Amino acid sequence: MSATEPRTELDVAVEVNGEPRRARVEARRSLAELLRDDLELTGTHLGCEHGVCGSCTVLLDGVPVRSCLMLAVQAEGRSVVTVEGLADGDRLHPVQQGCLERHSFQCGFCTPGILLTAAALLDAQPEPDEAAVREAISGNICRCTGYESIVDGILRAAEIAREAADGHAGEGA
Amino acid sequence: MKPAPFAYVAPDSVEGVVGALVEAGDDAKVLAGGQSLLPLMALRLGRPSVLVDVGRVDGLDRVEVVGDDLVVGATVTHARLGRDPEVARVAPLLAEVAPFVAHAAVRNRGTLGGSLAHNDPAAEWPAVALLLDVVVTVQGPTGAREIAAADLFESYLTTTIEPDEVLTAVRVPGLGPRGGAAFDEVSRRAGDFALVGAGARVTLDDDGAVASAAVSFLGVGSTAVLDATVGADLAGRPPDEAAIDEVARAAAARLDPHDDLHATAAYRRRLAATLARRTLTTAVARASAEVAS
Repeated sequence: MSATEPRTELDVAVEVNGEPRRARVEARRSLAELLRDDLELTGTHLGCEHGVCGSCTVLLDGVPVRSCLMLAVQAEGRSVVTVEGLADGDRLHPVQQGCLERHSFQCGFCTPGILLTAAALLDAQPEPDEAAVREAISGNICRCTGYESIVDGILRAAEIAREAADGHAGEGA
Repeated sequence: MKPAPFAYVAPDSVEGVVGALVEAGDDAKVLAGGQSLLPLMALRLGRPSVLVDVGRVDGLDRVEVVGDDLVVGATVTHARLGRDPEVARVAPLLAEVAPFVAHAAVRNRGTLGGSLAHNDPAAEWPAVALLLDVVVTVQGPTGAREIAAADLFESYLTTTIEPDEVLTAVRVPGLGPRGGAAFDEVSRRAGDFALVGAGARVTLDDDGAVASAAVSFLGVGSTAVLDATVGADLAGRPPDEAAIDEVARAAAARLDPHDDLHATAAYRRRLAATLARRTLTTAVARASAEVAS
């Protein structure tokens, strides 16, 4: 990556879900394609491929980005979290648990992008109100649910995360 | 992969970026956040043969206060402008506008500099740049030069930045004493491109009359529009409701918006009048608060 000449094919090293990963990619390969095709992490879904639908959202250094609007080579040296990286072993992430409990999804296509967007929201704002949740997911299109159950699921996730945090605080005391 | 093939390079200095642009010729594009360029390439509306990424250049991600001005480096994102306390203090309009730009995931990657260099007529930043007399610094093979916003935006997706130049910084002048500014826009859904947007800037004199004022618009033509006539019409007058209403309507009448699938020209003109009135009213209130304090 320290090459000073423009190249059509490059080596890229990215941390994905805590693991260092490498691949040789075409310059035009998107981060989403790197994840799906080279690293076989097909949980990241590609919908519109030009930044409108939000289904390819992943976390880049902790904040949500559209992985279709980023070249794989731009992720060099950065840290990426995909939907595969949300659960801790068999223990679901609060956003997964909350959305499961509230039946937040139907076809599941938008699910990964929404889960990661919600995870970043709760990280930044552990007690969001409904308006904050709606604002946070406003860039993620769902064609099934009408969003009500998704909003419910994310609000439930915030409760679960708080309960877990309280539980840990209790253990420590 | 949807874009046509291209070669990529990510130099670690501005000189390296300029060198790569010179080497590649007219067919190269600078890549900053990529939130406008990459969709165009995915749709093959743009087919550059070389992308020169400024993301690895040291120091372009700085926000600095220089005197009364805010200097924003080329790779500073919309998200950062929305949350940086120095931005809120020195150039509060930037912090106010940032949340209007697309959605959070796009704001985490897209940049102020990239948006100005891209010059989408429906984007917020060109209109804000015209309103605030922003000056950009560009560097090319013969050195750096400054371009005032008034000389920067040429037409649809076109600026006066040469193909072998790269935008490195954006200088946003402070509003000065007794100054206020505001921005608002109307879009069908949160995060969509606005149908029309407007910004207003007002400076009051010691007696509370208007010393200077301007309004700018987006979404009303092939590039953002600055209306300075508003300033001439308001100068020396107390900025009461009737005066603001009159100049806002007049400014909208001077526009030449287009019909498209999303809105008719007549509707756009009405939105422009409403938004000019709203933003002028808010800008006056903010400038008055300055006078009072």
